[in-house]
Amino acid sequence: MPEATTPDDGDSGDGVRLDLISGARMEGLTSMEKIRLILDSVRDGDIVVLEAGLSPEEESKLIEVTMTEISPDDFSGIEIETYPSTHQPNQGLMGRLLGKEESPNKLTVIGPANQIETLHKDEDLISALVSRR
Amino acid sequence: MGLLTNLRDSITRVTDRLFADDEPKRIGIYGPPNAGKTTLANRIARDWTGDAVGPESHIPHETRRARRKENVTIERNGKTVTIDIVDTPGVTTKVDYKEFLDHDMEKDDAVKRSREATEGVAEAMHWLREDVDGVIYVLDSSTDPFTQVNTMLIGIIESQDLPVLIFANKVDLDDSDVKRISDAFPQHETVPLSALEGDNMEEVYEKIAEYFG
Repeated sequence: MPEATTPDDGDSGDGVRLDLISGARMEGLTSMEKIRLILDSVRDGDIVVLEAGLSPEEESKLIEVTMTEISPDDFSGIEIETYPSTHQPNQGLMGRLLGKEESPNKLTVIGPANQIETLHKDEDLISALVSRR
Repeated sequence: MGLLTNLRDSITRVTDRLFADDEPKRIGIYGPPNAGKTTLANRIARDWTGDAVGPESHIPHETRRARRKENVTIERNGKTVTIDIVDTPGVTTKVDYKEFLDHDMEKDDAVKRSREATEGVAEAMHWLREDVDGVIYVLDSSTDPFTQVNTMLIGIIESQDLPVLIFANKVDLDDSDVKRISDAFPQHETVPLSALEGDNMEEVYEKIAEYFG
């Protein structure tokens, strides 16, 4: 599964590495490859920014797999925020019956729970505090 | 796909799930930690069977494994529904054993609780995709509903075409704001209640019978 690994550019010192992953790169991966790609980076202390986000099914699996990897004093889980919100106030029953899918153009930020903290989020802005490892 | 085809497929998916057989519908009680899921499950189970589902606590993740109360028959307004109530652990994306130390817990107990909680959440997420026929989503109406976990969970439930009722719990608290919840998820019906005090349970049972019956 060569695509499901991130290149190791060496020691990032005291900094925090951001992996900005394009929608095109994610498009060619299976759900589990996407989840592995995200969690491997986050467990290394990196912040992952997904251009195209994840589907609801993939989000569900991401939570499930994250839970299986939490361990004391090592990995306490993930912090995740999505912009624009997957919540669409105007999408009612008819919208869902008509088969309208949520926009694929959502941007998702995922980081280690012990290093990233969401300070503020609204419909146009995610403000997060990232601490060094 | 055209409107009629989509409409027919959507209705078929929901009705197939609900009326596939005479087995009780498995209704999962989902929501974030400490929203009052177990208190609600116990209230429903006690009202209709006389037995509780599991212990309640103010400490997060008191429910670490899903618990099921089978064959709970609810009758309201001429409608009868028999459901299996599945009380699930509070869904979260992070569990840190250190948060349990603040509740006067020893480290070994906190780590054990943490491990059990993560297993329970993983199981609950798997069941949400595979093994429930409907969802009661419980929120604490005194806290902000605009969290990523709530948004994700509601999105996942919608993507599964599961019927869902949103319960705004803890209306007995001074900070309760039910409108904040109905504004957050206007595409779903929000029912206010206090599972602890038993407030508005008549409407709760009416909606359960209406949605899942």
